[in-house]
Amino acid sequence: MSRYFTSRIIENIALNTDHNLLTLSLPEGVAEPLPGQFYMIGVNRGTDPLLKRAFSLFRRTSDGFQVMYRIKGRGTSLLREMGKEVTIEVLGPLGNYYPVPPEGQAPLVIAGGIGLASVFPFLHAYQGRAFVFYGARSCDEIFMLDELKGMGREVFISTVDGSLGTKGNIVDTLDKYLESNRSDISKYVLYACGPQAMLRAISEVSASKGITAYISLEEHMACGLGACLGCVVKTKTGYKRVCKEGPVFKSEEITW
Amino acid sequence: MNLEVCLGKLKLKNPVMTASGTFGYGEEYAEFVDINRLGAVVVKGLSLRPKEGNPTPRIVETPSGMLNSIGLQNVGIERFIKEKLPFLRRFNTSVIVNFFGDTREEYALAAEKLSSADGIHGLEMNISCPNKQAGWSIFGTDPKVTYDVVSAVRKKTNLTLIVKLSPNVTDIALMAKVAEDAGADAVSVINTLTGMAIDIQTRKPKLANVRGGLSGPAIRPIAVRMVYEVKQSVKIPIIGMGGIMNSDDAMEFIIAGAAAVAVGTANFVNPRATVEILDGIIEYMKIHGIEDIGSLTGTVNVT
Repeated sequence: MSRYFTSRIIENIALNTDHNLLTLSLPEGVAEPLPGQFYMIGVNRGTDPLLKRAFSLFRRTSDGFQVMYRIKGRGTSLLREMGKEVTIEVLGPLGNYYPVPPEGQAPLVIAGGIGLASVFPFLHAYQGRAFVFYGARSCDEIFMLDELKGMGREVFISTVDGSLGTKGNIVDTLDKYLESNRSDISKYVLYACGPQAMLRAISEVSASKGITAYISLEEHMACGLGACLGCVVKTKTGYKRVCKEGPVFKSEEITW
Repeated sequence: MNLEVCLGKLKLKNPVMTASGTFGYGEEYAEFVDINRLGAVVVKGLSLRPKEGNPTPRIVETPSGMLNSIGLQNVGIERFIKEKLPFLRRFNTSVIVNFFGDTREEYALAAEKLSSADGIHGLEMNISCPNKQAGWSIFGTDPKVTYDVVSAVRKKTNLTLIVKLSPNVTDIALMAKVAEDAGADAVSVINTLTGMAIDIQTRKPKLANVRGGLSGPAIRPIAVRMVYEVKQSVKIPIIGMGGIMNSDDAMEFIIAGAAAVAVGTANFVNPRATVEILDGIIEYMKIHGIEDIGSLTGTVNVT
């Protein structure tokens, strides 16, 4: 099963002014991705920028896979310019994945902004009852809402500017939900991906309420294979590699 | 066609090696590369005791390169021998262990311990790290300190001893000569160049440790020049490295004076870089009718 291959761009469409959805071909014989895993994708022609960029698996399609990305720096700006049929080098799937919750436990899935990209395939794959807490700065950064509802998920939305859902922070929405469902608290497991501040807040919720939280982390990454030791995160048992031991960690492991 | 290269007593089956710190302990790349095809695997730098490494961010991308400040994180010599070396022993490829210490005595002890382990074929000394006994100045930037530490290690090992030179010096040819005089069997040219990058919005350094080592194609012309200069000053073989991305780059180093080459940052970009470079070297030799790779070393025509 090869994890290093040349992929062809099937589609690279804009979701808004600075978010895109990229569909890449998956050649035969390459490894199947699991929810929570990521790919390193070459965005260059030549040596500048030098390194591949890490993107979460967003969705496995019939003939390939998708990644959802925010255009933030040079790499993603270059990626946005790449059109159909362009070929790019891909390494992956890499890293660990979201574990399936134990029998009788319901996942509360928290997505902050582009963090949706990482938790989406988990929601797609998980058959049981699940709740989604999805926060962004504004309504134009909330994506795939119909699809989430179509999966039969109960979706709570919050935006910082109040343009959709509750005005404010998604962790507050989560906290309120947990407060009003105190008796069920032992039945929940948290799954989260989003900005560091959000993950840290989730980690506090997890600790104070005694709920297990699986969080997907992001770090500057060079190789994606565990060799460069660039993407480490400090844990209670020393530095761990986000690309290898992660990107999904139990929040209680992390030293914030 | 003869691809063999000698580094002291150690004979490599071909001139393509991995650069320390860019190939883990081999396992990380075994899925992508037939380890048996490599001339040598040079593993991530080891110290007597495990080292936790620096806080993050540890890496930042720069134009055609990257800065890293990993902080020499490693599992320590004991765990390496117990947990990592057995994997490498399975291959018919030379294993070269990169190592370092805080003091001359630590270097010597590390060399002694590594030399008694089964399955290690050569040692590479990283002398671009701070010296506890000299106010944490860099070992490899002072000729006298370099001579002392290399001699101390030489006394403790019969394995091929490679000294990895720091490019952060005025005269690298002099440092190479010092290493040769102290008993080195070969020199690695070059280690990373010290660099720095700043976030202009926050005015903070982009690396937690402020400074880092620059690698990648950005440093290649400097590295080629240094190999060329070192070739004029020493008789021992040179392992050329610094931004080698493909076989053309590797050939440039060989023609400048390198007997062997090490592939570093390229492994991060393309996990198959090492074997692709080897294939490209063989192709070059076929096209140019070269029988022995050694006959190309230092053949740059400057007249």
